[in-house]
Amino acid sequence: MQTVKMVVTGPFSAGKTQFIQAVSEIEVVATERKISTKTERSVKDSTTVAMDFGRITVDDDLVLYLFGTPGQKRFDFMWEILSEGMLGFIVLVDSTRPETFREARTILETFRAYAPTPYVVAANKQDLGDAWELEDMRNALRLDKKSKILPCIATDKKQVKSVLLELLYSILAVMESGK
Amino acid sequence: MALRGNLRDFTVTQLLNLINLARKTGTLVVDGPSEQAHVSFRDGKLAYARIGKEDNGLAAILHKANKLSVNQYRTIGERAGIMTDKELGLLLINAGYVSQEDILLNLQVYFMDIIRRLFTWVEGTFRFENELLPPDDRINVKLNLENLIIEGSRQLREWETLQDEIPSLDLALKFTDRPMTNLNLSVEEWRVVKYIDPKNTMKQIASAAKLNDMEIRRIIYGLIQAGLVEMVRPTTAPLQLNPKMFPTQDKQEQRNLINKLIGRIQKI
Repeated sequence: MQTVKMVVTGPFSAGKTQFIQAVSEIEVVATERKISTKTERSVKDSTTVAMDFGRITVDDDLVLYLFGTPGQKRFDFMWEILSEGMLGFIVLVDSTRPETFREARTILETFRAYAPTPYVVAANKQDLGDAWELEDMRNALRLDKKSKILPCIATDKKQVKSVLLELLYSILAVMESGK
Repeated sequence: MALRGNLRDFTVTQLLNLINLARKTGTLVVDGPSEQAHVSFRDGKLAYARIGKEDNGLAAILHKANKLSVNQYRTIGERAGIMTDKELGLLLINAGYVSQEDILLNLQVYFMDIIRRLFTWVEGTFRFENELLPPDDRINVKLNLENLIIEGSRQLREWETLQDEIPSLDLALKFTDRPMTNLNLSVEEWRVVKYIDPKNTMKQIASAAKLNDMEIRRIIYGLIQAGLVEMVRPTTAPLQLNPKMFPTQDKQEQRNLINKLIGRIQKI
């Protein structure tokens, strides 16, 4: 059995667990524990403090694992561990919370430094009224024109599939260019 | 219990605060990435400091502050022999080269500069030696730590911001499409701008421009905020596929694997 992995990362409460849950064939394995800080509590009721992972079985020989990084900064030591051997990564950003854009930028730059692999940025919660426009987010996140920033609603399977496919197309493009 | 630990757990600013509040007497020994610093205190006030193997004799300090010319400095080095700093100080004051205020002021500036350099040390260990007193053969000062602590806190916040904005120096820089005219940059900023090229990582630029971590981040942050440059992957390290990504090294099999994944995800 061969396994490959992709990492889903992003700031706290960006929607990483829901993203993986939308396409995983198994219930997303996530360790829930009570939030310890007031700020985190104001955002949501529970959060993961260990890695999320989901699974997509391709066939008898191949399985794709999706690993979600812990959202809080105090778990950032996990990023380097998770980034090893990944096919690529997705940075999920909450489009309605611009106060998290700086953190998203940091996460993106950190992962780019760890591993020069393809990535896409998924702008989550694009269905909400106060979601930022994609191009505005591109500028706020200081993404160059070549980086993909995609609309996403993490609870919508079709949209999540689209994001994963765009990452795979990017990986294929790198392979073709390296022929 | 000995006051000792790691700079990852206790910043230099926090240590100074502790020493100030407890009015400690002794010496803080800090082992940094490449050198050691000794900072001595008396009753919670800064008395003396030295770093690495720098010549921190009175003559060297006054020469660096342009209070002594090169020739004067050389002459003192050749003829002063084993004179202590206190003896040398008296000699210079009596000869009219410097005043007592000059000496104390320049020593304070020199010691404060050492503390400022320590603020940028984020890796290393420290220990406070109660028995190790400020050296007798050197001129000690009595400097309140409050302003240094405030400065240190400010610098720490700045360091955290800079690290957030520029988490890794392994990326490179390129100029943005904005036209650059009438730029007013400092000498150090121009030195950095000279090296901007997607082939050069920020780490390489720092090394070439002889800037430390904090200094290069500060300069680049300013250039990024002004919209002059942006961070990119170094062109010598393009997007690549790590051999560990795939369970097979055969390129065709790798391509097939990706196509299989695409097919599978389309069916979800």
